[in-house]
Amino acid sequence: MIEVPEYTGKKSRRDFLNYVLSIGFFGWIGAILYPLYSYLVPPKSPDVDTSNISIGKESEMENNSSKMFKIGNKPGILIKTNEGELKALSATCTHLDCTVQFKKDENLIWCACHNGKYDLNGINISGPPPKPLTKFNVVVQKDEIYVQK
Amino acid sequence: MKKKSILKKGYGWINERFKIDDLINFMKKKEVPLYHGTIWYYFGGISLLLFIIQVVTGMLLLLYYKGSAELAFESVQFISAKVKFGWLIRSIHSWSANLMVLAAFIHMFSVFFTKAYKKPRELTWYSGFILLALAMAFGFTGYLLPWNELSLFATKVGTDIPKAIPLIGGFIMNILRGGEEVTGSTLSRFFGFHVALLPGIFTLVLTMHLIFIQRQGMSAPENWDELPEKNKKKIPFFPNFLLRDLLIWLIIINVLSVLAVFFPWELGVKADELAPAPAGIKPEWYFLFMFQTLKIIPSQILVMDGEVFGVLLFSIAGLLWFLVPLWDRKTKTGEKRYWLTYAGIFAIIYIIIFTIIGFIAK
Repeated sequence: MIEVPEYTGKKSRRDFLNYVLSIGFFGWIGAILYPLYSYLVPPKSPDVDTSNISIGKESEMENNSSKMFKIGNKPGILIKTNEGELKALSATCTHLDCTVQFKKDENLIWCACHNGKYDLNGINISGPPPKPLTKFNVVVQKDEIYVQK
Repeated sequence: MKKKSILKKGYGWINERFKIDDLINFMKKKEVPLYHGTIWYYFGGISLLLFIIQVVTGMLLLLYYKGSAELAFESVQFISAKVKFGWLIRSIHSWSANLMVLAAFIHMFSVFFTKAYKKPRELTWYSGFILLALAMAFGFTGYLLPWNELSLFATKVGTDIPKAIPLIGGFIMNILRGGEEVTGSTLSRFFGFHVALLPGIFTLVLTMHLIFIQRQGMSAPENWDELPEKNKKKIPFFPNFLLRDLLIWLIIINVLSVLAVFFPWELGVKADELAPAPAGIKPEWYFLFMFQTLKIIPSQILVMDGEVFGVLLFSIAGLLWFLVPLWDRKTKTGEKRYWLTYAGIFAIIYIIIFTIIGFIAK
């Protein structure tokens, strides 16, 4: 017959061992999950210098036209208005990340994905976009257009 | 005569070791109810056939496909233009994917309306729902692989949606995209999901789904409980129903061939990360009703972003649909729950109408 020790309410040596083993077990699980989790998160790509990007000559751009450019890893849009004013905006729609385009005939910025519309200052005027497009500074030096973040 | 005896010998050899007779007896005992709704029993089998076709054609495409942003589009172009019958394999893979999702949707709705998810078949319903979700994940990840313009924006929108989830949304998006943006890293990840991760999980869940069905037999219509035994018409699963299944599979393969040959899948224009989204951009048809809903929701609803509201709405609806066996509990008292059927009909009508609007909308 097996003798069952009477329960005295005291912590036994076995309880202690159980604690130690469970701590070890959870540590072991952590040692497996942590590297896995870290592996899944993509490493940050080095920041691209976006302080001053040259995107072509002003004289080569007609009024009422647009040009796409890359700022960091994201697309940007440069628009020359009817009045010859240059505007640079982020081209990433604030709704769901599509890339917007300049709509000449309606004189506005349009996102084809969900029919979002912005005015030429990047203010969201109709459709689902919740926020305006980010504006960038435009500087023209000796006919060369520079965009600054 | 001699050939037959060899076959018999072979069968005997296997039977002695693996007891095939037991399996056949088991299948003979399983019966399929014959009534006006018997046609719905075929759609599960059709989905299964189309999945098998996906596995086979997918393996063939893997022989030539290259999963990187620089090479993906060109390799699909190569498959379509240079490889003999490459266009056919690719076209079958695309068509079969779409038909599979369609067949699975029909299968799911038929189970819903015949209430075949009731006890003891709750787990079959849950596993089936997971399979449909996985099939849509297959569609979503596979859509990006040719790396064309449409798929790039579909992926941008699709992977941006989890961002609406509070706290962990950004993290999920990052894991899915392999970075902040949809780039070549996203393509590599999606390729991995599409050909390794998803098939692995899918096969596991599918096996469970099929075992559940074999263990429990076919679900009989609700009104059969009161029917006297002699009025219940049934046929054995093996060989009667299986032969009918095979006949339907033959028809489906023919339909698939006609579609793949006469309406070959387009490749479109190579993705350009700088180009604006083209006008008339649309996701695959089975995401269209959600896409169209997101389009009409205004940017602000109460304190919420319209986008968050839409995603929340679909998540809740999906969750309720998934948990239907849990809250459809009044069955035992014999009470009819017409409103549940109405909810199902509403879901179908909503999906159909919004899919059509999505198709014709500019």
